[in-house]
Amino acid sequence: MSVTGSVRSAQAPLIDVRDLERTFDVRRRVDGGRRRVRDSVLAVHDLTFSVQAGEMVGYIGPNGAGKSTTIKMLTGILVPTGGHVSVAGLDPSRDRVELARRIGVVFGQRSTLWWDLPLRDSFDLLQKMYRISPARYRDNLGRFVELLDLGDQLDTPVRQLSLGQRMRGDITAALLHDPEVLYLDEPTIGLDVVSKGRLREFLRALNDERGTTLLLTTHDLQDIEALCDRVIVIDHGTSVYDGPLAGLHVEGGSSRTLVVDLVDEAPPVEVPGATVRRVEGPRQWLSFPADASAAPIVAAVAASYDVADLSIQEPDIEDVIRELYSRGAPEPLG
Amino acid sequence: MAEAGAALHLRSYFQIAWLWIRAAWQYPTSFVLLALGNGLITGLDFVGLWIMFAHLDDLKGFTLHEVALLYGSASLALAVADTAIGSVERIGTYIRTGRLDQMLTKPVPLLVQVCADQFTLRRLGRLTQAAVVFGWACTYVDWTPLRVLVAVSMLLSGGLVFFGLFVGFSCVQFWTTDATEFANAFTYGGATVTQYPLNIFPREVLVGLTFVIPVAFVNWYPCLYLLGRSDPAGMPEAFQFASPLAGVLTMAAALLVWRSGVRHYTSTGS
Ligand SMILES: Nc1ncnc2c1ncn2[C@@H]1O[C@H](COP(=O)(O)OP(=O)(O)OP(=O)(O)O)[C@@H](O)[C@H]1O
Ligand SMILES: [Mg+2]
Repeated sequence: MSVTGSVRSAQAPLIDVRDLERTFDVRRRVDGGRRRVRDSVLAVHDLTFSVQAGEMVGYIGPNGAGKSTTIKMLTGILVPTGGHVSVAGLDPSRDRVELARRIGVVFGQRSTLWWDLPLRDSFDLLQKMYRISPARYRDNLGRFVELLDLGDQLDTPVRQLSLGQRMRGDITAALLHDPEVLYLDEPTIGLDVVSKGRLREFLRALNDERGTTLLLTTHDLQDIEALCDRVIVIDHGTSVYDGPLAGLHVEGGSSRTLVVDLVDEAPPVEVPGATVRRVEGPRQWLSFPADASAAPIVAAVAASYDVADLSIQEPDIEDVIRELYSRGAPEPLG
Repeated sequence: MAEAGAALHLRSYFQIAWLWIRAAWQYPTSFVLLALGNGLITGLDFVGLWIMFAHLDDLKGFTLHEVALLYGSASLALAVADTAIGSVERIGTYIRTGRLDQMLTKPVPLLVQVCADQFTLRRLGRLTQAAVVFGWACTYVDWTPLRVLVAVSMLLSGGLVFFGLFVGFSCVQFWTTDATEFANAFTYGGATVTQYPLNIFPREVLVGLTFVIPVAFVNWYPCLYLLGRSDPAGMPEAFQFASPLAGVLTMAAALLVWRSGVRHYTSTGS
């Protein structure tokens, strides 16, 4: 056991999660509130994945899937009820204080900043807590304040900041100590389109320049499309997809759509390899597997019908995800 | 916890506390008013005792300055503990608001952060008042070197006992929320009890205050020694020197409960 530390090679994953499980004991009212029973919620189970240093991973799933619970176990906030988790070679719940120096966490719904104090005071205190050297602190603060355009807000109490300003403050707070990993739990929630765009740009630059590993949960798939080469989809507490964003189409059994404008109205067209989904006057929607070629289908339609126009719609990633979610895991949940 | 670690934790504590003092100074008037008000309320407490003595010659054999010694030492220990770590009571609020999650991601032990958070000197009034009463009562004590030693260790150990009680009972909130009242019954309740000579209570209560919630060690036993009195309840004389032990044991028990509370912590669902 004592050798594991020394043989940890550069290739060892930064985040390593194996068969991770977390249950919550809850009390539920039954019989119209007259009786209370103990119940156990399986928030995360059989979860296995690993992340290499420098990766940007999207961690997505429907409400209640277990995303925040996973992040809380990765940061040591929650103790797992089963399985194994290690981050940077440390056990998060056991070595929580030590690990805290090497990670950054942003919970989009909650601020880490001190509500009544000016932003600058919060940052100063973080410098002391993390024991950041004055030179590095000045450098980092200057850079993040410039990149995130926070200069005018530094002396404003946090409670007077707008949501977007506060979020930028929170992200700065999470990065002052140069963490190796940054966990972001719904960082773009409530932000307008421009702020979202700027934040994504910032995160991308952070990963490019400093190699910071990013694990990001979000309900906005544009965040994922803009940032992450890899997505992990979690549903009912366990991972249902882990791979490149593009591969989701195959996994989700998604289809492309051929929109055919006929010269005259006609009964649904019949061609091999495609099925008609919808008919509206002379326009018909045919769907076919995303990984099949459109050419033979187009040729077949053109050969047997009078076609005025044709177009192809690529599958919508949101539909794919929805399809994945609706299939779900077989495990029933309390 | 290594020596160096403890010093670092203490430094972190003062850094956080200092931030809150600076923040409070932004509203100096309200700060001064609060401190004054607090001092006034606790001052009235003592006036109440005084009035009682105007009608009684003594309280179960204890004269006014003897009761003042009991009252002053217990108040002083409580005020110090309350100032230093009083915010640990708010842990239920920290849990509900998610503040605790944030603290758990910082590289400073949770207990240090919780105790220092929202540090306030508004108890300064109570602290001063307790110190004045204690100082006055001390002028009646027949001092010897050993009595000085016992007096100093009494104040330190008393602080530790209250520290332990505050932390220990606040941990209940890791298991059930809204248990502040429950915790207060033991901490402030225990503190109130120690303002009186404990021989006014039945012996069973004294045993409880010795072995279960050891507030009798905060002032009662060591004060008996300072006053050169034999124990009216006939407890072993060694108890009069056992305050440091009681303080350390209470703290150790509280830290164990705290650790298991943190491991049991379930965060919130959102
Ligand atoms: N502290 C808790 N006590 C009891 N149940 C909890 C707790 N935290 C989470 N849960 C339950 O665990 C499951 C997963 O919750 P989690 O917060 O991880 O979901 P999520 O994927 O982050 O969802 P969302 O997208 O809504 O943020 C849910 O069923 C939730 O009710
Ligand atoms: Mg969540």
